[in-house]
Amino acid sequence: MTLEWIGDAVLLLVILPVVVYLLRGVLNAANSIVPSAQKIAMAATAGSKDLDATALLLTTQDQVKTTIEVAADYGGSLDVILDDA
Amino acid sequence: MPAAGVVMIIAVLLIVLAVVYYLVSTIVALQRITKNLDDAITGVVGIIEKSAPVDDVVTSINTNLDAGVSLLEGLLVKKAGMEDAVGLVDGLYPGAAGDGFRDFPESKETKAPRISEVYTKGTLTLARLGREAPIAAASPNGPALRNPTYGSLAARGLYPEVRQTRPEAMPRSPVIGTDSPVQYEPSESPGVRKRMPVAAGVAGPPEPEATEGGVVKSGLAFLRRLKNDDR
Repeated sequence: MTLEWIGDAVLLLVILPVVVYLLRGVLNAANSIVPSAQKIAMAATAGSKDLDATALLLTTQDQVKTTIEVAADYGGSLDVILDDA
Repeated sequence: MPAAGVVMIIAVLLIVLAVVYYLVSTIVALQRITKNLDDAITGVVGIIEKSAPVDDVVTSINTNLDAGVSLLEGLLVKKAGMEDAVGLVDGLYPGAAGDGFRDFPESKETKAPRISEVYTKGTLTLARLGREAPIAAASPNGPALRNPTYGSLAARGLYPEVRQTRPEAMPRSPVIGTDSPVQYEPSESPGVRKRMPVAAGVAGPPEPEATEGGVVKSGLAFLRRLKNDDR
């Protein structure tokens, strides 16, 4: 009979607080991850929107190519027109 | 049932309730985390998809720009010479001569002449356009247009011939002295001339018109004609 009371005391005074302490720690850790995950999601979304302009790089590519071609044409003409140093 | 058994059942029940409460709360938090991570993954996938062609495009742009730089550097060095080319670049972008030209490693050792201190950018631009340019028409086949030692005199060679030889048709500076071609009579009061000066060998001033009663005759004749017309 005494052992049963000792078991009850251990259960209430040791096991229950330990279980509560451990589970509360897990819950706090999980809750602390939530804001970080939200910030990561917002940053990823914003970064994706910032990259919407990358499509314009194709236009830039074409314009640079055209510009260099025109400059090469002018350079060829100047090479013919002007005397060398 | 003994009291100890009842207390044990209550204790176990409390433990189970605590476990359930905290585990359910943890599950809810993990679900929120999962949802946010899904959003993050969606955004990251978008970033990956949008940035995938960037490497090829930027590489292509850089290749074209490299070709342009090589073209312009080569043309500048070929037409202006290494020394003047370095000086021109350093004149436009002070300190750039130290970096030299990319395709001409020897340009880093070339001492940049101080071109911009002799000529303005506009003059340099016209001069570098070629000896056919109007500003360089004076010496179409002459030496380099820059003379760092006698820069002020060399600049005169950039302008058309008419400004260099100073022909007789151009007005000259006034000559003063007793034998000067234009003589001035001494004035009684400063700033007031008795009559306008004339050059030597030029006919003198016209004779004053005859007057009648203090009025010039030609003026009187005009008034008389006007009076007769009114009648």
